[in-house]
Amino acid sequence: MTAIIIYLAIVGSVVAVFLSRQRLLAKPWLEAGPEGVLPGTGPSTLAPATLALWIIIAVAGALFTLFISAWLMRRHMGHDWRHGLHLPHILWVTTAILAAGSIALHLAQRAAGEGPRGGMQAALAASWLLALLFLGGQALAWRAMIAAGQGVAASPDVSFFYLLTGVHALHVAGGMIALAAVTVGALRREPEAARDPLALCATYWHFLLVAWLVLFGLMLHG
Amino acid sequence: MTTASSPLNGFPDRVPPAEVEDVELYHAKSWITRWVFSQDAKIIGIQYATTATAIGLVALVLSWLMRLQLGFPGTFDFITPAEYYQFITMHGMIMVVYLLTALFLGGFGNYLIPLMVGARDMVFPYMNMLSYWIYLLAVLVLVASFFAPGGPTGAGWTLYPPQAILSGTPGGTGSGIILMLVSLILFIIGFTMGGLNYVITVLQARARGMTLMRMPLTVWGIFTATVMALLAFPALFVSAVMMLFDMLLGTSFFMPALVEMGELAKHEGGSPLLFQHLFWFFGHPEVYIVALPAFGIVSDLISVHARRNIFGYRMMVWAIVIIGALSFIVWAHHMYVSGMNPWFGFFFATTTLIIAVPTAIKVYNWLLTLWRGDIHLTVPMLFALAFIVTFVNGGLTGLFLGNVVVDVPLSDTMFVVAHFHMVMGVAPIFVIFGAIYHWYPKITGRMLNEAMGQIHFWVSFLGAYLIFFPMHYLGLIGVPRRYHELGPTSFIPESAATLNAFITIVALIVGAAQMLFLFNLAWSIRHGRPSGPNPWRAASLEWQTPETPPGHGNWGDTLPVVHRWAYDYNVPGAAEDFIPQTVPPSDTAATGEHR
Ligand code: HEM
Ligand SMILES: [Cu+2]
Repeated sequence: MTAIIIYLAIVGSVVAVFLSRQRLLAKPWLEAGPEGVLPGTGPSTLAPATLALWIIIAVAGALFTLFISAWLMRRHMGHDWRHGLHLPHILWVTTAILAAGSIALHLAQRAAGEGPRGGMQAALAASWLLALLFLGGQALAWRAMIAAGQGVAASPDVSFFYLLTGVHALHVAGGMIALAAVTVGALRREPEAARDPLALCATYWHFLLVAWLVLFGLMLHG
Repeated sequence: MTTASSPLNGFPDRVPPAEVEDVELYHAKSWITRWVFSQDAKIIGIQYATTATAIGLVALVLSWLMRLQLGFPGTFDFITPAEYYQFITMHGMIMVVYLLTALFLGGFGNYLIPLMVGARDMVFPYMNMLSYWIYLLAVLVLVASFFAPGGPTGAGWTLYPPQAILSGTPGGTGSGIILMLVSLILFIIGFTMGGLNYVITVLQARARGMTLMRMPLTVWGIFTATVMALLAFPALFVSAVMMLFDMLLGTSFFMPALVEMGELAKHEGGSPLLFQHLFWFFGHPEVYIVALPAFGIVSDLISVHARRNIFGYRMMVWAIVIIGALSFIVWAHHMYVSGMNPWFGFFFATTTLIIAVPTAIKVYNWLLTLWRGDIHLTVPMLFALAFIVTFVNGGLTGLFLGNVVVDVPLSDTMFVVAHFHMVMGVAPIFVIFGAIYHWYPKITGRMLNEAMGQIHFWVSFLGAYLIFFPMHYLGLIGVPRRYHELGPTSFIPESAATLNAFITIVALIVGAAQMLFLFNLAWSIRHGRPSGPNPWRAASLEWQTPETPPGHGNWGDTLPVVHRWAYDYNVPGAAEDFIPQTVPPSDTAATGEHR
């Protein structure tokens, strides 16, 4: 459980820093505010949706970290761990696709802010294509594993391979649902209005990329 | 008023706008969207509470059946050992997750957070609505398992593998365990959607002047518990998913090599211990996910009904946060008997005992709030006091069980059952009752009947002690937990059977008292005494709404402005014995001089 404890310690520090700015030393019983003066109540200037995204990322991060914790523990339990997965090479391609998707969304968001409408549309189209390609690539990786006789119950590390890629793919799919809503809005209304939502999608994709890199690294390492 | 301006200096935070633009507020257009698929947090709160109560009743009936079996073994043929296990499992899981968690966070959280922090609604009303409907789906899936072939799972609420998915356990190879796991997964998804709302509403939608340190402790409790739940439930999610893999796809995450029904099972090398770590990484925080809202609510009930400002508000807030953080590093005290490195046992025993410090601080502060208070023994107050006594009681046996050497012999006896019922069964339920008696007037505009309330309280309070006190003794003489029938044993005296019969009779009486409570809830909607907007003369924001019950958008035309904390009771020089949070200093008789 070391991984999740470290993760929670990091999340906890962020919370602690936040709380330390919230006048936790205030003595509310002494402070009936004078007329006209309202204390800043200290909500951050983040939009609620941005904050929501970060909380979602924190929770999804905890989920991935727990899977990683489980991997690290299971590794030393039982003698059936193979230490060295033969991962299909296509995973390197999908990794690149995911990274490209992350960049494409970033560009879409930038273009929504300034550039001509066409720029944003092209970048959005690219993001969609890359997201679909990524999921397709992961599916091919599964097929390759099964073809190589590495079914889901073949050995615990192989089981983890399916579990981790599956959970990650579900998170990508969930992101695509949000992206669909944003895309519809972006095509209907002013591109300007789509900038903030696109920025959120881009942030989420960056998170998916980081999560994938960690998971992929873990699986490569064995 | 120097104190008031000094903390503001150098504090450039933004002051929230006076009004939320109307477009942001969702307006129901038809009867269906108003009452059924409602996006109003108050309605969603009531929906959560009603559903949780309904499924809680199922758990209550299951407890009667278990008690009948334990009190009068051999009399009720229809309760087979397999069914007894199923009853235990469903009773425990429903009570902990589907009743307590859902009621405190989904029910009270939804109803109270926007009102108490001065918001018009939750920040994401649509997601909030989805949260409830997914919760309802989770409950329905759970209920469906009662009707599944083979019945619900009988694995114990802890669902330990390998037994949970083996044929020897009721529902172990059928759909019982699958439905349970699926239901839990749904619950977690639904909760996450709601939890996101509770957190963001507290952080971003507070009224002007409502600093974090002016929030009622109820909000602090629910807020902290929600943050914990958001981070702890994923552990249950992970265990549920991995168990489903083991069961449906034949993987061996948790399943070791074993022989089942004389045949070698297909699994190999998995680790039941891994499951236990994951499960309790959720399971222990869960105790505080239930307890922290209870702590918060009790603080407010005591303060209002003793007409005293809460003692040590700051300390109370810090204690809530510290308890929340610490509860993530004690999980393995549930695994003392699972076998572990003695150093680990030592570590977890230490952290467990350390949590007692902030908890004890809270208890002292409650007592100091009561000290020289003008205590009104209203029904909410009675329940709040009962909570303190009961929680201390259960907490003390917890200190025993937190030590490895004491826990090992007592583990899996009735002593443990008595302990956790006191601390996380009875105590939080008392808070729920107290809270309902307290806020019912705000929700319906009428008071609950006092006489029925008093009967309900005394029967439940005395009854709970008559039920669970003797169980400590039963545990000490070695009566094991999760046994359908004791059978002939040399070390358990005859008198244990008599005691068991007595406990069962009291349990049935206490159960009947709950029916009276439900009747009171229904009866008072129409026949209760009209309460007016603020029957308890409370200072916190939810009692200052322009309408009672609060209308759509909570606050009429203008959002409230908050000038003080929620605990200005009996302020010297003030005209009344309480000053609502919305009253500016110039409107109280003596400003600034108080205290
Ligand atoms: C009238 C009130 C209640 C009665 C009479 C009652 C009775 C029982 C009984 C007889 C058992 C089984 C003991 C055994 O054989 O091991 C049990 C187990 C349990 N109860 Fe209750 N209970 C009540 C309320 C609650 C509440 C409010 C909670 C909420 C936390 C709760 C949580 C549990 C749990 C977690 C278990 C353990 C299930 C397991 O062993 O897997 N109970 N209860
Ligand atoms: Cu615990």
